[in-house]
Amino acid sequence: MLALELFVQGLIQGSVYALIAVGLTLVYGLLRILHVAHAGIFTLGGYIGVLVTNGADSLALALIAAMAGGGLLGMAIYRLIYEPILRQPPYVALIASIGLYIAIEEVFRLIFGPYGLTYSDPPLQSTIQILGMNLKWAELTMMAAAVVLIGGLALLAAKTRTGLAWRASVTRPRMAESFGVDVVRVRYLNFFVGSALAAAAGVLVALLNNLVEPTMGTVPAYKALAIIVLGGLGNVRGTLVAALSLGVIEAFGTIYLGKILDRDAIAFAFLIVVLMVRPQGLFGRA
Amino acid sequence: MGAYEITLLTSVGIAVTAALGLNLITGFCGQISLGHAAFYGIGAYCAAMLTKAGVSFAPALMAGGLLAAAVGVAVGFASLRVRHDFLAITTMGVGFLFLGVVRQQDVLGGELGLSSIPDPGLGKTGFMALCLASAGLAALFTTLIKRSWMGFAFDSIADDEDTARLLGINVPVYKLIAFGIGTALAGWAGGLYAHQVRFIFPDSFGFVESIAMLTMVVVGGVGSVLGVAIAAALLTLAPQWFQVIADYKLLVYGALLLLAMRFLPQGLAGLARRLRGAAP
Repeated sequence: MLALELFVQGLIQGSVYALIAVGLTLVYGLLRILHVAHAGIFTLGGYIGVLVTNGADSLALALIAAMAGGGLLGMAIYRLIYEPILRQPPYVALIASIGLYIAIEEVFRLIFGPYGLTYSDPPLQSTIQILGMNLKWAELTMMAAAVVLIGGLALLAAKTRTGLAWRASVTRPRMAESFGVDVVRVRYLNFFVGSALAAAAGVLVALLNNLVEPTMGTVPAYKALAIIVLGGLGNVRGTLVAALSLGVIEAFGTIYLGKILDRDAIAFAFLIVVLMVRPQGLFGRA
Repeated sequence: MGAYEITLLTSVGIAVTAALGLNLITGFCGQISLGHAAFYGIGAYCAAMLTKAGVSFAPALMAGGLLAAAVGVAVGFASLRVRHDFLAITTMGVGFLFLGVVRQQDVLGGELGLSSIPDPGLGKTGFMALCLASAGLAALFTTLIKRSWMGFAFDSIADDEDTARLLGINVPVYKLIAFGIGTALAGWAGGLYAHQVRFIFPDSFGFVESIAMLTMVVVGGVGSVLGVAIAAALLTLAPQWFQVIADYKLLVYGALLLLAMRFLPQGLAGLARRLRGAAP
């Protein structure tokens, strides 16, 4: 029984990781940038979510506003920061991104204070009994949102012309360009969609914890990097599996390894073990 | 010299020593490391535990450097398996793993860290001289390496690992040497740090610290000993100047990182080259 409960909690946490990591791996796949500031967009989503829900009393509106705001910020980051340094060695973009993340975190702390904000009347907090487990509606919403959003993304990529252009730009950027794909438009789209997913995750995490704080993105920022590496950088399907497995492994690990390692180190221990055996990640191609 | 200036110069000496170690790994040999603070921490914890147990200062410092180097070589083996971005994330993972382990060990003081680390008994000025001498020796030593055959081998690995291998350079051995020496310098600096502040806790060796060290290397100009030493000194002193704007300190730091990379990706050394090139 405990095992089942841990498994479900792991899946809930895993779907948070998945929503954040998918955007990150999309950016990596297209531009080979480790986009740490992605977690800043997650934080922005959380803040917009709480502010709009408290102001307009509608979670749906908050979700839409957060996704739009996060998506636009993602596009601005690409245009203003990454585009001019694409030709530099990869650590240049990485450090720029870390600097940007620190700055974003500080902006939230300076504007809204270090202690964070809460929902004045948190929605979806009632519980429901499934298989003898008490689950919050917020937790179910989290999982459902991950399935719907990532499923929608998969459909978009598989069935539409835009999706085709997108996939072509990832696998053969030059070839795609010579076939008339507007690569720059694809990049904007990429940043918009990936960032919108992270912002949605921010809203939903804020709902789970009933708290947003300036540092809420710090742990996801680095853990999501571990996840996309596990998934084989740039591989969306691998990233999903890695995110969900990590959620579950952490849930069990905290119980059985808690004495030796703290929760956040488990992810990295797992990462290092996997990379030593399979240097290209769990699902990467050699 | 006032007590305040002495403290500042001591910190500069320690930072320069650690940053030059990272410069050897990332700058000379091209192996990016996002976990350098872990080795700094290993040196700090090792030296502090030893002096607390009654061992005298000099052997404790050396033991800190050696232990850091031993772990550094072990992590170096990872660089034989994974490259580039994968290596960056692996070394970042090593940093988090170090923190995660230290936090859970009661022997190492857990979250609360180690306090009342004994005074090495050199006096404030003597200790400052030791730290500055360490920095000077580290600069001299790494400059000599850079000019030697080994420096050439490092350079070729950084440039193009596969070609270096083809030329008959023993790539794995040189990578492990780079990790060994670079992390030994970090461990040594960590031991100095522990005996400067005489109170250490896990968060002093976290990811932000690793990034700060990498920033010194990148802002200085990857591979340039002089540039990295200057950047390490400036970035150690900068927060002191920022005290005026205390609340905006981190915001300015983040923004500086971002702007430096956006507009000056070759670092100070690149800027100097450009100025020299522009002047007739």
